[in-house]
Amino acid sequence: MSAFLAWISTLPALAQIPLVLAAFFAVIALLIFFLEIAPRSGRKFTIIRAAACVLIPGLVFLALGSVLWAAAAATLFGALFFYLDYRSRQGAGYLFQLVGFLSPAIFLLAIGLIYPTIQTTIQAFMNSRGTRFVGLENFIWIFTQDTGIRTVLNTFVWVLIVPAVSTIFGLAYAVFIDKSRGEKFFKVLVFMPMAISFVGASIIWRFVYAVRPAGQEQIGLLNQVVVWLGGEPVSWLSNSPWNTFFLIVVLIWIQTGFAMVILSAAIKGVPAEQLEAAELDGTNAWQRFVNVTVPGIRSSLVVVLTTISIASLKVFDIVRTMTAGANETSVIANEMYSQWQGFEVGRSAAFAVVLFLMVLPIVIYNARQIKKQREIR
Amino acid sequence: MISHHYRRAMLPIATLGIAGMVLSGCASGSGGTGGPGDAGDPDGIVTIYGTIADTEAELLEESWADWESENGIDIQYEASKEFEAQISIRAQGGNAPDLAIFPQPGLLADLASRDYIQPAPAGVQANVDEFWSADWAAYATTGDTLYGAPLMASVKGFVWYSPADFADWGVEVPETWDELLALTQTIADKTGTAPWCAGFGSDAATGWPGTDWVEDLVLREAGPETYDKWVSHEIPFSDPAIVSAFDSLGEILLNPEYVNAGFGDVKSINSTPFGDPARALGDGTCALHHQASFFDGFIQDPKNGNATVGPDADIWAFVTPSVEAGGNAVTGGGEIVGAFSNDEETIAVQEYLSSAEWANSRVKLGGVISANNGLDPASASSPILQQAITILQDPDTTFRFDASDLMPGVVGAGSFWTGMVDWINGKSTEDVLSTIDASWPSE
Amino acid sequence: MTATVPAKLPLGKKDRKQLARGEKLGASTRTKKRLTSRGATIAALVIAVLWTTPTFGLFISSIRPPEQILRNGWWTIFQNPGFTLNNYTEVLAAGNSTLNLAGAFINSIAITIPATIFPLVLASLAAYAFAWIKFPGRNWMFIGVFALQIVPLQMALVPLLSLFSRGLSIGDIEVFASLNASNAYSQVWIAHTIFALPLAIFLLHNFVSEIPSELIEAARVDGAGHGQIFFRIVLPLTMPAIASFAIFQFLWVWNDLLVALVFADGQVAPMTKLLAEITGSRGQDWNLLTAGAFISILVPLIVFFALQRYFVRGLLAGSTKG
Repeated sequence: MSAFLAWISTLPALAQIPLVLAAFFAVIALLIFFLEIAPRSGRKFTIIRAAACVLIPGLVFLALGSVLWAAAAATLFGALFFYLDYRSRQGAGYLFQLVGFLSPAIFLLAIGLIYPTIQTTIQAFMNSRGTRFVGLENFIWIFTQDTGIRTVLNTFVWVLIVPAVSTIFGLAYAVFIDKSRGEKFFKVLVFMPMAISFVGASIIWRFVYAVRPAGQEQIGLLNQVVVWLGGEPVSWLSNSPWNTFFLIVVLIWIQTGFAMVILSAAIKGVPAEQLEAAELDGTNAWQRFVNVTVPGIRSSLVVVLTTISIASLKVFDIVRTMTAGANETSVIANEMYSQWQGFEVGRSAAFAVVLFLMVLPIVIYNARQIKKQREIR
Repeated sequence: MISHHYRRAMLPIATLGIAGMVLSGCASGSGGTGGPGDAGDPDGIVTIYGTIADTEAELLEESWADWESENGIDIQYEASKEFEAQISIRAQGGNAPDLAIFPQPGLLADLASRDYIQPAPAGVQANVDEFWSADWAAYATTGDTLYGAPLMASVKGFVWYSPADFADWGVEVPETWDELLALTQTIADKTGTAPWCAGFGSDAATGWPGTDWVEDLVLREAGPETYDKWVSHEIPFSDPAIVSAFDSLGEILLNPEYVNAGFGDVKSINSTPFGDPARALGDGTCALHHQASFFDGFIQDPKNGNATVGPDADIWAFVTPSVEAGGNAVTGGGEIVGAFSNDEETIAVQEYLSSAEWANSRVKLGGVISANNGLDPASASSPILQQAITILQDPDTTFRFDASDLMPGVVGAGSFWTGMVDWINGKSTEDVLSTIDASWPSE
Repeated sequence: MTATVPAKLPLGKKDRKQLARGEKLGASTRTKKRLTSRGATIAALVIAVLWTTPTFGLFISSIRPPEQILRNGWWTIFQNPGFTLNNYTEVLAAGNSTLNLAGAFINSIAITIPATIFPLVLASLAAYAFAWIKFPGRNWMFIGVFALQIVPLQMALVPLLSLFSRGLSIGDIEVFASLNASNAYSQVWIAHTIFALPLAIFLLHNFVSEIPSELIEAARVDGAGHGQIFFRIVLPLTMPAIASFAIFQFLWVWNDLLVALVFADGQVAPMTKLLAEITGSRGQDWNLLTAGAFISILVPLIVFFALQRYFVRGLLAGSTKG
């Protein structure tokens, strides 16, 4: 694989795209082909499997450049095919298919996310150089100083407000524009904030919140509105605790587009017969919405709320670029990053673990949803 | 039921757990003692990573272009605004550049103490001994080991003003801190507006101009020894010497009669981008502004009104006065070049960058200076830079590096900055200082 | 519809009707009314205006001279006329010794397309397995994968970079060789793929699991293996969900700076990285970012328009219950 990737990187940029995609799809196609034939009986399939026992270790060798792993793969696949061949007479063999479907994703997750998670969790109980076990010291440090507590509280505020408000706005907008003329255009207007990079978004909101002293010409829209209404200009981002809400507005502005796109698609999936039947029953639009549409898109609502909740828990760029956590606006991800950057790995990891713990209620809720859903089926 | 679920849960969790343990158990740890060991190949390419971007990066590349072709080494320079975070990610991730230009000696020391930086090779050591003062060499030294040579420098703590306005008001450049306060009051009386303007805004680094102010006052009021103790946290931020510096600064920055000319009240300091006062200085709405030597570039920027800078021009500057007349202490900043590789080409580049030859080559291109003693002050491109070189090369000058760049990153590039913002917003000095102290690294 | 659902698909008449409904719905009701009611129209307009105004302000600012941006608000452009394309020409000329903006634009494309397709394919395979292959502990495993969404990327960068640049060895045995590709796209592709998987699996699982079980059962009775079911039923029916996730993944990768900073060096840097550097050493030229933001938004909007037809057909989610 190294060799292939090294070779491909010498090509012109745009030529790399089709090549790497072709290689990727070839591997996936091969994988699925074997998944299909693995449990089947018959001489033809046995021969293919035998060939695979030679081919796959060869590919492993090419990919990883290691004889040891190629040998391991040969042993594994040989044993597996033999076992499957034996078992397939009883119509089994799904384990192989399962591995085929799951392993690429699980393998990548293990090296890219699970390993860092375990490492971070260990680091949270170590000192900054990772040389000494310090127990709960890092957590005590977080929860015994004002800024630490404020940081955790702010994160709670974010995760309580952003998902609810974005989903409500996104849902309302999706319903309002549903089936209207110019729906595509309306969608783009609310979707646009999603398409703007965080750098762009931070400039946009810097313009909105900009403040100039009373009597001077305002360059921030919000203060101009305040002045038009006869008020004094306000420094939106310096007065705690309201400044956090003004930062939250930015994330709501971005995430509403996400909620709108997913929910709009879900609404179109609600059977028309049901809506028509409800209409014939003489229900008004609101009743139809509550009794037919909302139950119909329930699982999408859970998905949207969950995804936005996690995005709000992890919010980083907005706080980083707009206040850098000053004026009591800091959130966990920002503190985690600052501590990490300052080589305070232990404290940084402790913040990350607090973040892991805060997501638990969301995980448990989803776990119960999935179980319920499976029971219905 | 419970045990059933438990058993079902165990299989995947155990699998993931084992996978994780295997991976975490065998991640290659780096280090050892006394440097990272040999790294880098002599492949004709030396990569340099730094914060210097855009036009200044072009000048940097121009400064070594001739040397590159003479020596057959290709220097590839890459800049990032996220340098501070990136360099530690890359060092830890095993993808470090050959050389890095550190604007914070504290960061270099952090990486050096974790054995990521190569000790300075003999040639660099010799250049540092020859061309740099002991103060400067100390900033590149951790423990007893020199880890690199300084590159460029800047002098901080200039107060920018308009000589013509001063003449109109009949005032002189102040010699002492008290005279500066008196001058402020005089200007306030004559103009009826706030004399000072200040801007702390700088995105994620908002608050840093305030730390420069505090450092100037600590150095001038408490002296260099206390300053050094403060930097190394032998005395905390809550020490009376530091409190006193904040109080003195508060006489100007927290006084609504004295700030914030052209921008609003005291709190507007935080929301004003640090470059904006250049415009207020140029058009005369602001009489006094405290900023480092690089500010002449901002003042002369066409966007800000094309004011000229020089002793007889629109805008000129004096060094923030000491408590007593005749003080000679200044704060300043600069970069240190640290090496992650020790192949011969990297060493050659490192030696070249620490030589007077490079310093003159770069300074001639304009815009910057160096503390290199082999530098000819005449090469500097502007009056303020010539003055800065004179100050740096004067043997009587007590030079101290910007304290926030020397402190650990969580403080110097974190809680000290946010502390300044909170302080301007009205948080008490005591609370601000104790918060900064609480954030000092654990060990 | 017939283009994506193969004719051999073992669908009942009722199911076919259900599948076709999304399209039918859009067509038949369009003529009926414009917006559901006057109140709704007004509310939608208000939201649209509120959401668009800040961006519009940025757009106006991007065509004003920088000194005017700082002097008066963008809404006074008629009182203080000043119109310039300098911000745009400067941004288009941005670059450093190794890369110019055109090169960075190509890099962005070369990074984004594979980094959108890889996680989609892998995640739909995994989502299918989690939804339709019964195996012990699958709920727990799925929840584990889902919970990985919370892992902050910042924590995962160093281990991953270390893996790419040093490889992995257990004792003296080399498990993987180092990727040795610091000037190639492969690192960015793999990094983005990994970071996208938890959310992609979570979202797609939601849609895959709501395919009517009769369809899957019918196919199984006909002797289709998992591979066939995946290709003939799951993939066509979840295409709208895949398309909507594709848009989001495309946007995230296109606008990403964090991953690019670490994994895309020098010649392979994307636009975001180049644009972040154009504001000068001291950040004084940030007016250029106004123009930069609009240049980089163009491609995501084109993608959104291109994939939008999939939304109209309707996602299957929610259609089978209630």
